[in-house]
Amino acid sequence: MHMSESVDQQMVTIAASEGWTPDMVRQEISALKHKPGALLPILHAIQDRIGYIPEAAVPIIAEELQQTRADIHGVISFYHHFRNQPAGSHIVQVCRAEACQAQGGRALERHIQEALGVGYHHTTADYEFTLEPVYCLGNCACGPSISIDNAVYGRMSPEKFDQLTDRLTTSIIQLK
Amino acid sequence: MTTIIYVPCDTTALSLGADQVAENIHHYADQHSADIRIVRNGSRGLFWLEPLVEVATAEGRVAYGPVEPEQVAELVAAGLFDGKPGHPLYLGSIEEHPYLKRQQRLTFSRIGITDPLCLDDYIAHGGFVGLKKAAALTSQGIVDEVKNSGLRGRGGAAFPAGIKWQTVLDEPQDQQKYIVCNADEGDSGTFADRLVMECDPYMLIEGMVIAGLAVGATQGYIYLRSEYLLSQQMLNAAIRRAEVAGYLGENVCGNGRAFHLEVRLGAGAYICGEETALLESLEGKRGLVRAKPPLPAIKGLFGQPTVMNNVLSLSAVPFIMARGGQAYADYGMGRSLGTLAIQLAGNIKQGGLIEVAFGVTLLEILQDFGGGTFTGRPIKAVQVGGPLMAYMPEEQWHTPMDYEAFAQLGAGIGHGGVVVFDDSVDMGEQARFAMEFCAFESCGKCTPCRIGSVRGVEVIDRIRAGENRDNNLELLEELCETMVDGSLCAMGGMTPYPVQSVMKYFPEDLLASPRPLEV
Repeated sequence: MHMSESVDQQMVTIAASEGWTPDMVRQEISALKHKPGALLPILHAIQDRIGYIPEAAVPIIAEELQQTRADIHGVISFYHHFRNQPAGSHIVQVCRAEACQAQGGRALERHIQEALGVGYHHTTADYEFTLEPVYCLGNCACGPSISIDNAVYGRMSPEKFDQLTDRLTTSIIQLK
Repeated sequence: MTTIIYVPCDTTALSLGADQVAENIHHYADQHSADIRIVRNGSRGLFWLEPLVEVATAEGRVAYGPVEPEQVAELVAAGLFDGKPGHPLYLGSIEEHPYLKRQQRLTFSRIGITDPLCLDDYIAHGGFVGLKKAAALTSQGIVDEVKNSGLRGRGGAAFPAGIKWQTVLDEPQDQQKYIVCNADEGDSGTFADRLVMECDPYMLIEGMVIAGLAVGATQGYIYLRSEYLLSQQMLNAAIRRAEVAGYLGENVCGNGRAFHLEVRLGAGAYICGEETALLESLEGKRGLVRAKPPLPAIKGLFGQPTVMNNVLSLSAVPFIMARGGQAYADYGMGRSLGTLAIQLAGNIKQGGLIEVAFGVTLLEILQDFGGGTFTGRPIKAVQVGGPLMAYMPEEQWHTPMDYEAFAQLGAGIGHGGVVVFDDSVDMGEQARFAMEFCAFESCGKCTPCRIGSVRGVEVIDRIRAGENRDNNLELLEELCETMVDGSLCAMGGMTPYPVQSVMKYFPEDLLASPRPLEV
């Protein structure tokens, strides 16, 4: 089944406005679709490349895998890891699980939400940070733990968090 | 002569600045023209001492820790490059450290000692001996050895591994069979799987190849949680090197049998640690729990016979094959044989990995190993076995770590995580969180779990607000019973355990209003 040209063209336009191309998605799919149970590896590959899984990519994945759009949408929406919106420059994950709670994790969570001014699953207005909850980073003897862009930080405190984010948002301006 | 200095590279060491420590050591070595080489070893699991820097000396490896990046300069001045004592961070011979001396490390015998990806290191420390022995045995011979060891599934369910393998072996041979490793270590307070994968990945690979030889499976998958990206990198690199060296591939160890291995990443769904949900996820679907039977051993991945074991179960197998099932069964008590990887976490002074024979009491773990809480306050409650297990009050801490002894108390050992809380904890909040977590992570297939968990949060909120308290307590008890009896899997079926333990042992917290957060 081929989509009509106008729909195809529409998709290309949407994709271009969002900074990706349908070809990017097709490349990731064709590299992986021979694998048994390929959908999760494909979704990871698309998110790793584009930063999220665009709504307009769903019909492409469905067509390539000969599944329905509902199937693909159902899988994407089931897993917390996949996002259908672009994230900020940095992804901050805060562990909400018991071992971190025992070390003051709840107070740290509140500080981080106040410091960034956003709740979970939201991105700051300047697109610097996306805040996500995580249920265990496996660093449970040295909590509370957070991760920023996949690097885990242990024994986190409100003060250390502020220093970390300051460092990330401070760019060096060279004067000529 | 070049001095070897070890700086661990596991997630915990890195989370406390190990990379910067290594960089600073390089910097000062250059400055002092010291002839050193840095090896990034795994962590020994003495996490309160991370980053733990070791120096190889004529008298063995001596350690310094916990080393903050800024302390490297003073350590160098105090003779770090010669392994000299004198600095307050000097710990002496690490092998003699009481935390390690008191353990029986059978599975974790290499972690922290070797460079995780160095095959020669692995082999020099007993690696692949088990596989070579297994390759010379019949399939039944391997399965019998695992049965003799008494090994029970370390993921939490404690099902005898040998029986599971026998079931898969007994399925007709003319079909595809699979080995699936459950590396979806989602329980808070657990990190033993992560340590294996980051610090000794060849051991897991070896265990899976042996499982493949035992049941006639030619394909293995490691289903790894997406939060463990370092484990993914380590495993993928180790798999590539093992393939090149002939331990994986078409002709394993030159005996003509094939075994291929691939890492598959989960996507942040706790429920996918449940074995049937994991299989659905591996097949590219939503992680919905399957009804059992059929057992995965008979109809598992893609409908084929499948051995599904936890990382720790598979990692125990190389020792069992190398030294014999009996050598493993010599440890432990009753029907809990061998060693247990206890992961001491939460509010604890000396947290880390403790591999000991079954039978050690919880109190020994908390005091002798843990040294009390991190905050120095009294311990109030201990959650053993993950978020679906009971909170244990002080009167239960004398209990030996044994599957049956814990089951008698309505508690469980699960995957061996021990999370400690001091007396500032609000246990009512912990009960509420158990329900909240279930509501967040439920796969949604069965009603008791999907709806029950949401109602559970609401009822607890009403109780804590003092609204119609007696009736709501009765309702909560009934709701817990319904979830336990009516849920399809352990997610909904065990979420009530922590809640019921709070109702029974910490009722005063549940009845009080929520405490304000101390910031």
